[in-house]
Amino acid sequence: MNEEINKKKIEVIDATKIFGKNSKRAAQLLKESMSKKDILKATGATVGVNNATFDVYEGEIFVIMGLSGSGKSTLVRLLNRLIEPTLGRILLDGEDIVQMSKEQLREVRRKKIGMVFQNFALFPHKTIIENTEYGLEIQGVPRNDRSAKAQESLKLVGLAGYEEQYPSQLSGGMQQRVGLARALANDPDILLMDEAFSALDPLIRKDMQNELLQLHNDMGKTIIFITHDLDEALRIGDRIALMKDGEIVQIGTPEEILMSPSNEYVERFVEDVDLSKVLTAGHIMKKADTVKIDRGPRVALRLMKQLGISSIYVVDKSNRLLGAVTAQDALQATESDQSLEKVLTTNLPMVSPDTVLTELFDIVSTAVVPVAVISEDQKLQGIIIRGALIGALSGDNQFINSDGTIDSMNQTSTEVI
Amino acid sequence: MDQLIPRLPFAEWIDRGIDWLVTTFGTLFDGIAELLEGIVEGSVDLLDMVPSILLAVLFALLAWAISTRKIALFSLIGLLFIDYLGYWYPMLQMLALVLTSVFFAIAIGIPIGIWSSQKSGVRKIVNPILDLMQTMPAFVYLLPAIFFFNIGVVPGVVASVIFAMPPTIRLTMLGIQQVPNDLIEATEAFGSTSWQRLSKIQIPLAKPTIMAGVNQSIMLSLSMVVIASMVGAPGLGEEVYRSVTQLKTGEGFETGLSIVIVAIILDRITQHAGKNKKGGKLT
Repeated sequence: MNEEINKKKIEVIDATKIFGKNSKRAAQLLKESMSKKDILKATGATVGVNNATFDVYEGEIFVIMGLSGSGKSTLVRLLNRLIEPTLGRILLDGEDIVQMSKEQLREVRRKKIGMVFQNFALFPHKTIIENTEYGLEIQGVPRNDRSAKAQESLKLVGLAGYEEQYPSQLSGGMQQRVGLARALANDPDILLMDEAFSALDPLIRKDMQNELLQLHNDMGKTIIFITHDLDEALRIGDRIALMKDGEIVQIGTPEEILMSPSNEYVERFVEDVDLSKVLTAGHIMKKADTVKIDRGPRVALRLMKQLGISSIYVVDKSNRLLGAVTAQDALQATESDQSLEKVLTTNLPMVSPDTVLTELFDIVSTAVVPVAVISEDQKLQGIIIRGALIGALSGDNQFINSDGTIDSMNQTSTEVI
Repeated sequence: MDQLIPRLPFAEWIDRGIDWLVTTFGTLFDGIAELLEGIVEGSVDLLDMVPSILLAVLFALLAWAISTRKIALFSLIGLLFIDYLGYWYPMLQMLALVLTSVFFAIAIGIPIGIWSSQKSGVRKIVNPILDLMQTMPAFVYLLPAIFFFNIGVVPGVVASVIFAMPPTIRLTMLGIQQVPNDLIEATEAFGSTSWQRLSKIQIPLAKPTIMAGVNQSIMLSLSMVVIASMVGAPGLGEEVYRSVTQLKTGEGFETGLSIVIVAIILDRITQHAGKNKKGGKLT
C-alpha cells in the first residue's frame, strides 16, 4: 500500500481477446464502439477482454476482480499467452510477449511466470514432490537439484513431510499449498493466481491469504491475483482492477475503490462491503491537540481553555506520546506549582494506525479520553473520537481520510505563542 | 428392362485397383507375408517347446502377478482343461495368431491414436476410416487379403489387425482428450514442450483408457479367429469351422469352450493391467 514509485513489471496495452471465428470483423466493430451484445449478434464472436490497459509494478499484489463471465480469467491467461490475445501488446520487463516465438515464450513461462489454478490442477499420477518439481523437471534440471529446490518450496508452504503422498490423499487447502509450492519452485518473478483460494472453505481461505501475504512479504514477488470475492480483493490487494463485461471499469487501491467508486457499477459492487473490516484507525483519526511536556501546566491549561476541551495529550520534543493531562489535574499542578510530569495520566488507550475498526469498538467505547493513534516509534499520529467512528461506518466521506493519513498534519499547530 | 442411368462400375474399379496394387507392390506384400508368417510360426514353435503343464503354470503365475489369485487359479484350471480335451496345439496356434495381430494393432493403433488426439485435421481423416474398418463386414477385406498374401495364416492376421485396431485408436484418442483442461493448462503454463506434455501428463493419465482399448482389441481379434480359419489360418478357429461344417455338435462345443476360456483369461489379465495400482486417479 506504500506509495513508493516502483518499476513497471508488466504493461498491458489495449489487450483484447475475441473468441470465435469472426474475430477480425468483431475487432473492427469493437473499435467502432459497438457493445458486446451487438457484436455477438452481428458476428457470433464473443468479446472476452475488451481493451484492457494497465500496469503492474514490481513487487505488488495486483488483484483483478470481477464476477464470473467478466473476463478476468481470460485476462490473466493473456499474460502468459495460455490464451492468445487478438489485439494489443503485453510487455513483460519491456519485452512484448505477444511477439515472442514459441521458444521464447516457453522460456518466459519456465523462468519468469508461475501459475496457480483454481482447482489446483495437480497431476494425480505424480507424488507431491514430483508435482512440485515438475517445472524444474521439464527444464532438465538434474534430479538432486530439483528435488532439493522442491523440498525447500514445500517447506515454505508448510508441507514438509508430505513428499511421497499423492494429491488425492491431501485436503483441498493442502493441495493448493502444493499448487503454490509448484509455482514457487521455479523461482519466478511473477505469480499468476487464478481464483487460487476460491475453492477453499472460508477459514482455510483466510489462512491461505495470510500465508500468501507473509510469503509476499518475505519474497517480494509480483503477484497477480484473480478473485470474484471483494473481501479477498480488499484484504490482499495493493491495487485492484475491477472488471465488468470484459472491460476494466476501475483501477485503484482498495481505499480508492471503496471511497470513490468511478461509476454506478463499482458503487453497487462495493455497497455491501463491511466498512468496519476495511477502514482502519488511520482512516478516521483526527488531528490531535497536544502540548509539549516542557511547556508546563499553565500552558496546557490555557490551551484546553482555548480549545474548549477537558484533557490534552502531552508529547515530547519529537512528538512521542508521553501521556495526557486533564484540566483538573493541570489546575492542581498550577496551584501547587508542580511540573506536568507529576500529574500525567499514562495508561492511555492506544492503537496503531492500521487497526481495523472492528477491533476499535471495544477500546473506544470504554475509553474516557479519545483513543490515541500512535506509530511504531511511539509518535502520536492522531486521535479517534466516537463521532468519527460512527460517521465513518455510515459511509460518510467527511469522516474518512482518503489515504489513511491526516492531510497536512502539522505537529506544532497547537502551540501557544 | 434397362436402367435409365448406367450402372456405376465401382466394383470394376476396385478390382482393377487391387490388381494394380498386387502387380506393383507384389514383392512388398510377399515380404510382409513372410515376416508375419515367420512371427506367427516362430511363436507357435517357441510356445510348443515348453511342456503344456509348465506353460499353464507360467500363465497362471503371470495372471497372479498382474491380477488376482482367483484369475490365476482359473487360468491354470482352464488351460489344463484345454490340454485335457486335446486342443493344446490348436490353442497355441490361435494364441500366436491373436497375439501377433494384437501386437500390430497396438503398435500401429496407439501412435495413430496419439497423433489424431493432437491434431484435429488428422482426427477428421482417421474417424471415418475407423468407421469403415469397424462396420465393413470382415469377409469383405478377407478377399483382397488373399490376393495380397495368399491363403494361410497371414491374411487371417491382416484381417484381424484391421478389425481389432479401431478400439485401440479410438480409446487412445479418447483417453488423451479426456485429460482435464486445467492439467493441460498447468503443463503449458510451466513451459512444457508438446512432447513433454504428452509423455509426462497426457499418456500416463490416459493409460487406463488406452488399456481398455487394448483389451477390446484382444477380444475383437479373438472373435476373428473363426473367420480367419476360412482363409486357411490354423488353430482353434479352424477346429470350430470344421466341426460346424461336419455337423459335429460335441466337438463344436469343446472347441468353442476352449476359445471362451482363452478369451476370459486374456480379458481379465489385460483388464487388471489397465488399472493404476498407485494412488493416482483422476478426480
